[in-house]
Amino acid sequence: MNAFIHHFTFEFRTGIRNKQLLLMNYLFPLGFYLMMGFVMAEINPPFREDIIPAMVVFGILAATLLGIPDPLVNARENGVFRSYKINGIPSISILVMPALTTILHLVLVAVIITISAPLLFDAPSPVHWLNYVLIFLSMAIACAGLSVLIGVVSPSSRMTVLWSQLIFVPSMLLGGLMVPYKMLPDIAGKFAQLLPATQAMNAFNGLAMGKEAAFSPWGSVIMLLISGILAFVLAVYLFSWDSRNTTRRGHPLLALLVLLPYALGIFLW
Amino acid sequence: MNNSVIVVKDFRKIYGDYVAVDGISFDVRKGEIFALLGPNGAGKTSTLECLEGLRAPSGGSMRVAGMDPARETHKLRNLIGVQLQSAGLPESITPDEAMKFFCAYHNVTPRFDLLERFDLTGKRNVQFYELSAGQQRRLVLALAVAHNPQVLFMDEPTAGLDVATRVELHSVMREQQAAGTTIILATHDMAEAEQMSDRVAILLQSKIVNIGTPLEITATGAGLTKISVRTQTSSLSAPGIMFPAVSQHKLKDEYYIYFSSDIGPTVSAIIAHLAAHGDALIDLRVERPSLEDRFLEITNSGVVQ
Repeated sequence: MNAFIHHFTFEFRTGIRNKQLLLMNYLFPLGFYLMMGFVMAEINPPFREDIIPAMVVFGILAATLLGIPDPLVNARENGVFRSYKINGIPSISILVMPALTTILHLVLVAVIITISAPLLFDAPSPVHWLNYVLIFLSMAIACAGLSVLIGVVSPSSRMTVLWSQLIFVPSMLLGGLMVPYKMLPDIAGKFAQLLPATQAMNAFNGLAMGKEAAFSPWGSVIMLLISGILAFVLAVYLFSWDSRNTTRRGHPLLALLVLLPYALGIFLW
Repeated sequence: MNNSVIVVKDFRKIYGDYVAVDGISFDVRKGEIFALLGPNGAGKTSTLECLEGLRAPSGGSMRVAGMDPARETHKLRNLIGVQLQSAGLPESITPDEAMKFFCAYHNVTPRFDLLERFDLTGKRNVQFYELSAGQQRRLVLALAVAHNPQVLFMDEPTAGLDVATRVELHSVMREQQAAGTTIILATHDMAEAEQMSDRVAILLQSKIVNIGTPLEITATGAGLTKISVRTQTSSLSAPGIMFPAVSQHKLKDEYYIYFSSDIGPTVSAIIAHLAAHGDALIDLRVERPSLEDRFLEITNSGVVQ
């Protein structure tokens, strides 16, 4: 327990000390939120209804996909994991701790957005708070797991950017943050269901914000949770202590299995 | 063999088609400082990494403090300390946090006294990347010994350190040895190996080509001792002078330098020559072959027995 506390404390502080992580955890999400609130809400007033869930989802995407993978790759390449292994630090701690501390940073960001948006932009607050928290945590777990998995299977920092952007950019365009899911063409809508952001926005609409969901909102919550847990399991399975060690338990492409719950969800719901 | 803390038998490490270590055997006794020497690619780091449990051997057997490093990794963690060649710490961690963090995983009380001992008191809250190379290395060493390991592995411990820090680090190694810690180090620094090690193994082309005390190893070479002589009237400059056991000689900076395989007869003959020619000694120096000389002799010959 003592080790867990010291590890958690150090990782949490890193999220503020490290300029790149500070940017991804706080400055980018909150700056984008303010910009969208002041600009987008004026141009497109209905956006006010989505500003809280959309900006919380954006914050989760930025902090996890853009913040978690690169430090994991750098730590592996710089021999930090080797040092951890020698000192008996388990791989599960190495993978779970950045996710947990990032989620704590995200809680703070979500609280700021949720409290300030009604005051600043006349945005409607969630109507089912418990569901709101549950969906936030499901989305955070899903994206944190996915980000850790990207960090584990990426051979270099450049590859983390590629993999992360492959999820981040479509999420911004098709995930229901800027354009409502119902306005997407059918094919684009099916593709969008492979993205955690789409599932989270659907669940927020149907279960927390008092709006109508495009498809099963509880199905979205279940898929986010299953995908998140599957991502962590795959990350632990595919974890490599150092880049020079050629023995890995599975092929990195196994990581694509993380999209399986979403793919099944397209047919189920 | 009973007090051997490390026992390696017919150890092999193969990466694909490349044989990094080819059937080496050695043992390291309790409280001994044992050095692995060899050129790059000789197999030093592969040997250390397998002993540390970072990699699995391809063949042979290894025991460290009675444990199999490949199979009993978790039990071994509290018995060994490792100073890796790379820094191996997160950039943003401070010495204070690192000490708490690593000691917590070893289930021991943080040894902040070691930060003071390693002159890091003023840097306790400075992030790792802001520390100098010497401070980083001292911190890594402090962490490696904080849980009082039975065996300490050091990979290039003094590379890139200034003289004062090297001296300090050597003194810590001696302290650890006095406390009963067995130290195994891989180094390119021959002077360090000769000064600090009780025994040395020289690896070449994936095999051990020589093992023993530094004195034993230097004695097994061509064994030419360097005798440098400076005299008042340069009687040694006359042509055709021969001294017993001398195989080669040269003149450098007013010193006549002789390489002898048997210093007794050579020195006696030089002194007799000076007396016979009315000359007198200003300076006479006798230098045994160093470990570095012997190492170069072995590596240049490239012969693996």
